[in-house]
Amino acid sequence: MIRLEDVWRTYTVGESEVDALKGVSLEIARGEHLALIGPSGSGKSTMLHIVGCLDRPTRGRYLLEGREVGSLSEDERSHLRRHRIGFVFQFFHLLPRLSALGNVELPMLFAGTPAGERRERAAAALDAVGLAPRAAHRPDQLSGGERQRVAIARAVVMDPAVLLADEPTGNLDRASALEVMSLLEGMNRRGLTLVVVTHDPAIAERARRVVRMSDGEIQGTGDRGPGTGNDPGLPGARCPDPEPRDRG
Amino acid sequence: MRLLDLLGFAAGALRGHRLRTTLSVAGVAVGIAAVVALTALGEGARAYVVDQFAALGSNLLIVLPGKVETTGAAPFGGVTHDLTLDDYRAIARLPRVRRSAPMAVATDSVRYRDRGRDVPVLGTTADFADVRRLEVGSGAFLSAGDPEEGGNEIVLGVTVANELFRGESPLGQVVRVGPWRFRVVGVLAPRGQSLSFNIDDVVFVPVRTAMRVFNRSSLFRILVDVRMRDELALAKRDVEGLMRERHRADDVTVITQDALIAAFSSILRVLTLALVGIASVSLAVAGVGIMNVMLVSVTERRAEIGLLKALGARDRQVLAAFLAEAVLLALTGGVAGLAIGAAAIRVFVGIYPSFPASPPAWAVAAALGVSLAVGVGFGVWPARRATRLDPVAALARR
Repeated sequence: MIRLEDVWRTYTVGESEVDALKGVSLEIARGEHLALIGPSGSGKSTMLHIVGCLDRPTRGRYLLEGREVGSLSEDERSHLRRHRIGFVFQFFHLLPRLSALGNVELPMLFAGTPAGERRERAAAALDAVGLAPRAAHRPDQLSGGERQRVAIARAVVMDPAVLLADEPTGNLDRASALEVMSLLEGMNRRGLTLVVVTHDPAIAERARRVVRMSDGEIQGTGDRGPGTGNDPGLPGARCPDPEPRDRG
Repeated sequence: MRLLDLLGFAAGALRGHRLRTTLSVAGVAVGIAAVVALTALGEGARAYVVDQFAALGSNLLIVLPGKVETTGAAPFGGVTHDLTLDDYRAIARLPRVRRSAPMAVATDSVRYRDRGRDVPVLGTTADFADVRRLEVGSGAFLSAGDPEEGGNEIVLGVTVANELFRGESPLGQVVRVGPWRFRVVGVLAPRGQSLSFNIDDVVFVPVRTAMRVFNRSSLFRILVDVRMRDELALAKRDVEGLMRERHRADDVTVITQDALIAAFSSILRVLTLALVGIASVSLAVAGVGIMNVMLVSVTERRAEIGLLKALGARDRQVLAAFLAEAVLLALTGGVAGLAIGAAAIRVFVGIYPSFPASPPAWAVAAALGVSLAVGVGFGVWPARRATRLDPVAALARR
């Protein structure tokens, strides 16, 4: 469903050029749960942005559901982001002036969904993450875990094909992190393709496949078979912690 | 994206920064209020002046010697004839003319005992008071009779009378104009400025006398009161035809009161526009204020813009959202400004009830149109900056 073929991403920083991705090839199947790990600067966020159609490869091909994304217009990419891709961020990125419900309605606002249907679907999405009673609260009245669950409801309210989570637990305490992860995994079990960028080994542990990145390249892929998502206490010791500090 | 949703989204963003929003709305409001109030005052002044003229009698024709035209075309071609008392009498006999009055003008000092005052001396006839709708305060105006006879009666404007006589009754007293002696027969009621003379500060003597003592061969003007207002143009043609016949040349100018009113009206309209132009500067300043606020807003909300793009908002939706904010700011300011301007005018009219100040409809429409244009004009650039933000970079920061 997601297919990267020899993808390069080069930034120009001042006079010099920096390769954030150096010929990455990766295939992600429908319904997969994949963890991208690696030190900061290893290129995992860049890869997530390319997969999420927020960024374009400098070279190489990226196919989403069989369509070459690099050749699409900006509007078509917006359309893909709106309908096929859900984002979850480390810092939640909820709009502080809107209620939880208003934040979940946001993607539908730009899709032109009528107000009544919007409210209904947003309420259902909030209910699915267990936050129906908090619908009227603004983000500053919610805990970190609750905020991330609102963000997840927002990410899935358009019923996307793939959910991209960039350090979704990076700003949460352990208990909230587990809560958020089991929520995501539950959605994954119901068919949603899930890609999680993390450098928390315990989180990566839970994925069915772990792709380790370093310095813009894929270092290794560990297929772990069926996920261990229902085992929250597991220490993630075996996952190699990223050390190399050699960034471009 | 639906328009209502767009406006709701923009209004929500503005509510998030109440103080900032209020201040930029206030900026626009002051500009619009200034424009509306100044237009109303300017238009009011115009209406006031036009009314005043109309009160003088709008059936008036004014005959002056000489043709108003470009000089130099025929340097030796025409001889300008004097405007004489015979001309006046011929005009007065025209069927469409109700009354007519000649005017001879000089400036001289009027003295009573040791007090003197330099004033315009108007030589005219009894009909002048009717033609100009003058009221006599005490005594009488010049007596009717043959204008050729002259006489030594004098009528004083109220200021002249007060200055020279300091409370004494001037009636029957003798004043000197230059070396000549006149007997005061009347004092006018206060009147004020009228057709370039302050009627209060003028004296009137019989026209023949004035022409003789001041050595004038030509009249300064002939005022003509036409019977029917509808026949003003016809009467004008009559007078012109008569004078052409008498002088065997086209050498007098006949102007109507309407032409004068139109001239004043257009002068005052230009003044109004100048005032509005000055007030518009404040609108431009307010527009820059909006632009500033929107630029700050775009910079502050980078993460939000990145998020909207990640959620699938198109570039032009982001543009529309930020533009809508700028337009809402400006329009709110416009409406508030209209209200403030209207209130200011109401207060002004409360103080000066005779002054017909009210904002003309075109000014109200223009004020709203301009505030809309200010919002769009000064909002486009910040909004474009918002759409150009790279979502990845925008999301990277908290």
